[in-house]
Amino acid sequence: MRSLLARGSELASSKEQLKILTEVSGKLGLPSFSEKLKEAGLYPLRPTGVDILQVNVGKLCNQTCRHCHVDAGPDRREIMSKETMQECLVALATPGVTTLDITGGAPEMNPNFRWFVEEASKLGKKIMIRCNLTILLAGEKYKDLPEFFAKHKVEVVSSLPYFQKRRTDAQRGEGVFDRSIEALRKLNTVGYGISGSGLVLNLVYNPVGAFLAGGQSTLENDFKKELKQVHGVEFNSLFALTNMPISRFLESLLENDNIDAYLEKLVTAFNPVAATAVMCRNTLSVGWDGSLYDCDFNQMLDMKIEDKVSKISEFNKSVLDSREILLHQHCYGCTAGAGSSCGGSIA
Amino acid sequence: MAQETTYYKPEDLKKFGNIGEFEPDLAKKFFDYYGAVFADGALSAKEKSLIALAVAHVVQCPYCIDAYTTDTVEKGVTEEQIWEAIHVGAAIRGGATLVHSVQALNKVKELGI
Ligand code: SF4
Ligand code: SF4
Repeated sequence: MRSLLARGSELASSKEQLKILTEVSGKLGLPSFSEKLKEAGLYPLRPTGVDILQVNVGKLCNQTCRHCHVDAGPDRREIMSKETMQECLVALATPGVTTLDITGGAPEMNPNFRWFVEEASKLGKKIMIRCNLTILLAGEKYKDLPEFFAKHKVEVVSSLPYFQKRRTDAQRGEGVFDRSIEALRKLNTVGYGISGSGLVLNLVYNPVGAFLAGGQSTLENDFKKELKQVHGVEFNSLFALTNMPISRFLESLLENDNIDAYLEKLVTAFNPVAATAVMCRNTLSVGWDGSLYDCDFNQMLDMKIEDKVSKISEFNKSVLDSREILLHQHCYGCTAGAGSSCGGSIA
Repeated sequence: MAQETTYYKPEDLKKFGNIGEFEPDLAKKFFDYYGAVFADGALSAKEKSLIALAVAHVVQCPYCIDAYTTDTVEKGVTEEQIWEAIHVGAAIRGGATLVHSVQALNKVKELGI
């Protein structure tokens, strides 16, 4: 499969995606997300602070997952420059910013990725990497990544849609499950996910189709049992995520005529408690070109922060801490049921 | 094209909660009971969902099949577990039919055949 952009799909346009979400919501009589927040006394939504800097270092990826909200793939060329990374490091050094969360695409494919991690590590901040696992087997260049991560005590967060082959391969591509297991073994070998090692390996579960993630702790138990017993693989925690009705997941919802039911499901499952803890409240998202967003989803929908500060080079924590977060119908994905953020369930 | 007519409409499942329109007290009692039955207990909510799925097939309720297929999948149940649960339902249903043949057997004997 190629990216929406490479296929010339209308859905590659964020305007088109937002238009569809608005139209479907209107047709079904669903309230706007802002209205729902007003009812919950949370509007306008403001940050609790910028604790986490989530940097998207590019859309290039070795996989082309069916649900990808980034529309990433081998055909994407957007890559963060070293200069922009340097600007991110300046922002990261600000007191109160505790964590660097590196995402992509496959962030490891950015030629300056290792330099970025090394420099961030010198600042003594917590570093997280969204690693798609198969990149660890993508050739000589990436072979020693587990040791590199371990050296810098990077927390590894990896998607594994299911603990069995069929659903995983359906979402992420043929053969991905077997390669992911092999990559997890490599991470375990250097100590990742092994208790007492201090090296954290967390997995991300997101539903393969148009349904919500059930209880995170039950799923974590199932994943742990199956991966250990059948594959001899260990990990620390499982984060259960809701699929956002945008980009390639939106495409599959439209193809299978599931869009109405899915949006309705998200709205019906709105949970005010989850709404208080959405990730945009303590995270700032940086795009490959240095633009700022409230979260990675707003980034993919081109919903830029256009307050006084709109680029990472202009980073100013106190100004950003008091901004108003931009919202649209996709935000229902963060507040459905137990809630969903980069760190899993939130309520 | 002929108009599609059926007593079962998928969108009616969402209206289940409305059954209390005319008898709210009884409906509330039922839904409270229903909620309590499906909560985690000595059996996990996931195990209960699988039992519900098997029973839904035995009583052949399309609404329940719809709801509990989704529910089991959301709870992380595997395809193998779903189909094994359905076969358990089928085996009990088949077995229940066959075990009644003992009565037929008794009757045949009684008739002196
Ligand atoms: S979901 Fe992750 S691994 Fe899959 S294509 Fe998108 S960025 Fe790549
Ligand atoms: S989609 Fe982004 S902006 Fe909307 S609630 Fe979720 S994290 Fe916040």
